[in-house]
Amino acid sequence: MSEGTAKVAELKEVRGPAALGGSSRRFFDLLWLISVTEFKRVYFGTVLGYLWSLIRPLMLFGVLLFVFTKVFKIGSDQAEHYPVLLLLGIVTFTFFQEATVNAVGSVIAQEGVVRKTQFPRLVIPLSTVITSGLNFCLNLVVVLGFILAFGVTPMWTWLLFPVAMLALLVLTTAVSMALSVLYVRFRDVAIIWTVVAQVLFYATPILYPINIFENESYERLLMVNPLAVIFEQVRVWVLEPNAPTAVEAAGGAAGLIPAAVIFVAACVFGVWIFKREAPRIAEEL
Amino acid sequence: MMPADDAISSLTDAERPSPLTPGTPLAIQVEDLHKSFSIPTNRVDSLKERVVRPFSGRDHRQLHALDGVSFEIHQGEFFGIVGRNGSGKSTLLKLLASIYRADAGTIRMAGRLAPFIELGVGFNPELTARENVVLNGVMMGLTPQETRSRLDAIVEFAELTEFIDLKLKNYSSGMLVRLAFSVMMEADADVLLIDEVLAVGDAAFQQKCADAFREMKAAGKTIVLVTHEMRTVEEYCHRAMLVSDGSIHYIGDPEEVGRRYLQLNFEHEGGSAEPDPADESLPSSDEVRMLDSWIEDAEGNRLDNLEHGSELRLRVDLEILEDVPGLEMGFVIANADGVGIFQFAVRMANASGGSELAAGERVRVKADIENLLVQGRYFVNSAVNRIQDKSIALHAHECVDFVVFGGEPQAHGNVRLPMEIEAVVSNEAER
Repeated sequence: MSEGTAKVAELKEVRGPAALGGSSRRFFDLLWLISVTEFKRVYFGTVLGYLWSLIRPLMLFGVLLFVFTKVFKIGSDQAEHYPVLLLLGIVTFTFFQEATVNAVGSVIAQEGVVRKTQFPRLVIPLSTVITSGLNFCLNLVVVLGFILAFGVTPMWTWLLFPVAMLALLVLTTAVSMALSVLYVRFRDVAIIWTVVAQVLFYATPILYPINIFENESYERLLMVNPLAVIFEQVRVWVLEPNAPTAVEAAGGAAGLIPAAVIFVAACVFGVWIFKREAPRIAEEL
Repeated sequence: MMPADDAISSLTDAERPSPLTPGTPLAIQVEDLHKSFSIPTNRVDSLKERVVRPFSGRDHRQLHALDGVSFEIHQGEFFGIVGRNGSGKSTLLKLLASIYRADAGTIRMAGRLAPFIELGVGFNPELTARENVVLNGVMMGLTPQETRSRLDAIVEFAELTEFIDLKLKNYSSGMLVRLAFSVMMEADADVLLIDEVLAVGDAAFQQKCADAFREMKAAGKTIVLVTHEMRTVEEYCHRAMLVSDGSIHYIGDPEEVGRRYLQLNFEHEGGSAEPDPADESLPSSDEVRMLDSWIEDAEGNRLDNLEHGSELRLRVDLEILEDVPGLEMGFVIANADGVGIFQFAVRMANASGGSELAAGERVRVKADIENLLVQGRYFVNSAVNRIQDKSIALHAHECVDFVVFGGEPQAHGNVRLPMEIEAVVSNEAER
């Protein structure tokens, strides 16, 4: 109680609630603290803790691996390392899905904080992304073990993996921001998004390698999906240097323009809608 | 609010330094603040509704919660904001706390603000007290390091040292409140914004809170308190502000604010209109009819509320309907629970001093009583009796109701009688 007394504080204009709100130091302190405590709560709050978050994608992986290699017998012909491709795809998509689905209800879940305290709104969706991101990082360690066990030789393009993940992180954040504030106004966003996320899962080359199609126009169509572009490029960089790159799959650099436009549009929309809605969240709740 | 008041009342007038000397820097400056909410008459909550009926359901009703509010609060001041429900005081608080954004006008604030609109907001029951304290501290603007270094002090103040690693879901509500209050005390903000969160903990903890508040006042913190409780305002605040219908009704002396608040509160209750003699609902019997009954002030204006210590001037107009040998009128003043407090009666006399009354005559009963009633709502029950056989000719239950304000509130009883009272110490030797 000492510091405030000596100096005479100057009057500063209060601009009301905002996405960032208050000092940037407080913003980042809060963001980090909330993400980490939430992560701890989820993964150390249960008996088996972190194992649960690993078991889920691994079980999905096991089932899908069986179905697609033993029942339908696809993948292995087109992809050199189909099992790890499947695993990496599932784990990566799980991050995107978990972060965005959790973001949908995040603002509502933090209702008390939003309505009763001065709280930087952006912390809420961002912390769900970071919590999922922490989980993703841990899962990647396990995936790395599989990658090496399946005989993929380390290569220098692994260094490009973070670049692809950065793109994914940006997209995930933008989508989470948009969903979290839209849900406050329109409660059907939750249902719509679970369906959209499901569609995106199949519209991304995870279960199947992109070069499975005989008709190339399907490949080009899939490359409209920014997630598909990211996932395909990860495949080339991390697992199979000989697989078609995103540019090849899209039939030339021009084929990636739609995906780039969608990517940028999603980011701009996410930031714009969040900035617009953030000051009014407390009133809408 | 009761226990909190006790904590607060222990801060007496003597401890109020006046920060109102000219030149004291401002802590909060509010200029022409406007805020309105559009209330959809038909709330559109789903996309489908918006798609199916894009224009319907968008009719809004504008609710002007705040309409041009300006005021200044000096540093080190203890400032009260009072108002009835829906007056706009909570909106004002949320604007100050950056929870809502103003439509127009500016708010300027000096230093860091910590709003306490509800204690323990953001507490996560799944986390331990230790983690929650850090989280809460950061929410109030401390760094994680600062909070960790104050952790011991916080937990010690809350008397929860041995429970620090217990998850909050296992805490009792009293423990939660103590923890939340302790974090708030250590948050070290320059301006504290408090919304009736003081009613916390047991008596011992109350005392600690009062001491802590005193320290904060001494440290020159600015405190803005929003409350319903007039006693808190009158005994604690340097200045207060009464908000009504989105604008400032009065700003200044807390006692005056308290008085006006009560007046405002009861203005809308009761209120007897001019009587209509033909009104069938007037209490009536074969012999007598009550035309009107009211309470008035010295100038003859009708009142429905009066101050403790003033004169209670009760008036009743009766009309005699048939010749009667003699009547008297009795009254009982009852409290809100219907319990009689005192009674009085008067015998009616005609122009010549006799007791016979003729049909068509009108009688006015006047009773002037020193108002020793304490704050509260009261009713007048009355009856007209025949003198001969003491039978009831007319009964008027709750013919007048009124509210008493002012004076010292009492926990028990309804009257405050004039008295001389002392407690004297006597020595053994003098016996």
